[in-house]
Amino acid sequence: MQEFPEILLDGRLWQIVLLSLQVSLSAVALATCAGLPLGAALAVGRFRGRDSLIVVLNALMGLPPVVVGLFVYMALSRAGPLGAFGLLFTPGAMVIAQTILILPIIAALSRQAVEDAWREYDEQLRSLGAHGLRAALTVLWDIRFSLLTSVLAGLGRASAEVGAVMIVGGNIEGVTRVMTTAIALETSKGDLPLALGLGLVLMTIVLVLNAAAYLVKEAAQRRYG
Amino acid sequence: MGFIAKIACALLVALPAFGQQRYITVASTTSTEQSGLFRHLLPIFERKTGIQVRVVALGTGQALDMGKRGDADVAFVHDRAAEEKLVADGFFVERREVMYNDFIIVGPKSDPARAGGRDAVAALITLAETKMPFVSRGDKSGTHAAELRLWKEAGVDPAQGRGAWYRETGSGMGPTLNTASGMNAYALTDRGTWLSFKNRGELGIVVQGDKRLFNQYGVMLVSPAKHRHVKKAEGMALINWLTSAEGRRAIAGFKIDGEQLFFPEE
Repeated sequence: MQEFPEILLDGRLWQIVLLSLQVSLSAVALATCAGLPLGAALAVGRFRGRDSLIVVLNALMGLPPVVVGLFVYMALSRAGPLGAFGLLFTPGAMVIAQTILILPIIAALSRQAVEDAWREYDEQLRSLGAHGLRAALTVLWDIRFSLLTSVLAGLGRASAEVGAVMIVGGNIEGVTRVMTTAIALETSKGDLPLALGLGLVLMTIVLVLNAAAYLVKEAAQRRYG
Repeated sequence: MGFIAKIACALLVALPAFGQQRYITVASTTSTEQSGLFRHLLPIFERKTGIQVRVVALGTGQALDMGKRGDADVAFVHDRAAEEKLVADGFFVERREVMYNDFIIVGPKSDPARAGGRDAVAALITLAETKMPFVSRGDKSGTHAAELRLWKEAGVDPAQGRGAWYRETGSGMGPTLNTASGMNAYALTDRGTWLSFKNRGELGIVVQGDKRLFNQYGVMLVSPAKHRHVKKAEGMALINWLTSAEGRRAIAGFKIDGEQLFFPEE
């Protein structure tokens, strides 16, 4: 029986949990703001190269976090093009990396959802005189509840990945250490029970977030149909 | 949507609040971070100077590379030959020797290869002859460099055993020890990581006390001439403190289970 781990006693765990939430939710917010309009535009737009763009976007859903991390590291490094901002090893860098990682997921999944709905409403919208952007926004609003799933898929990816935040954050205690990098650290220290415990904490948080999203969606759906 | 947008804004606004304090970034090794040395030393330094120290723990090769790119202010590593070369090349300045500890060879407690003792080189020759599984860092870290020097001295090319008895994990000391523990294999490790490592399984210390297992740690400032943003005053404050009487006392005072891990330079 090992002694009770100090990480659970001195408030450090809550700081790590809070930072994990801040980073991942910020990335989800940014990726949603960019990803939903992008997905909608791809769904309703008709332009050359659209098919290839969709294939590329779908493929980018499988972006390895380590590759994203490396890419952002090279860009933000003092020797890189954005080095002057001094963003490397800050939570901001972690938000940037996770946003890049989940943007394709949110855009690709919402594109499919909008396209399916579009097929259904196309005629109706046209008869009402709605075109292009206006029509796309109407559809987006109409299927907002099913888009929640694409956003949650993005959140799942962001809160689960370790490769990108480890590289661009550096796993600095009290500054950039988040749940996944803390788990990786405890694993490498050979403290497998503590690592597993932290993993359970992370999964519980993700479960609570998803439950909250589901309840909000149900309540809103009942109220506004 | 308005509610969600407000939350998003609040989260984004909260982020820059992390960067208020005066701080430096130190590129260091997994052995110093994971043993708990920094958690022991840095609060003392922070209280004294008000400078926060942000440690990014990597293998020595990667840590030096991070300093070369200008992504750190100070490097605190253990590969003397590489450090001196980079000082000569102008990437780092003000190198000081801070402390030392030692490497040990760990392996199955029953020592099936009969490699145990004080002679590290003889042990490696025995291991190669008996083709006992040996797990290497394989990641260009300071420990990896030390291991390769020992193989060279033993006149053995471990690459011959690659895929058979010689396994390279390409990862940090902890993951490598996890692998060794899982395979019941031999491995070279620094004593600090070993003492704080919990998943030992059947492993124990097989070789220790050889002078060739000496492990020297150095600290140096990233060249402010090459990288103008380097926080010279704050970085030098850390370097001077680590080598001061007070810093040396703090290093000597770090113990795990009553055992001193690092020995400050005289």
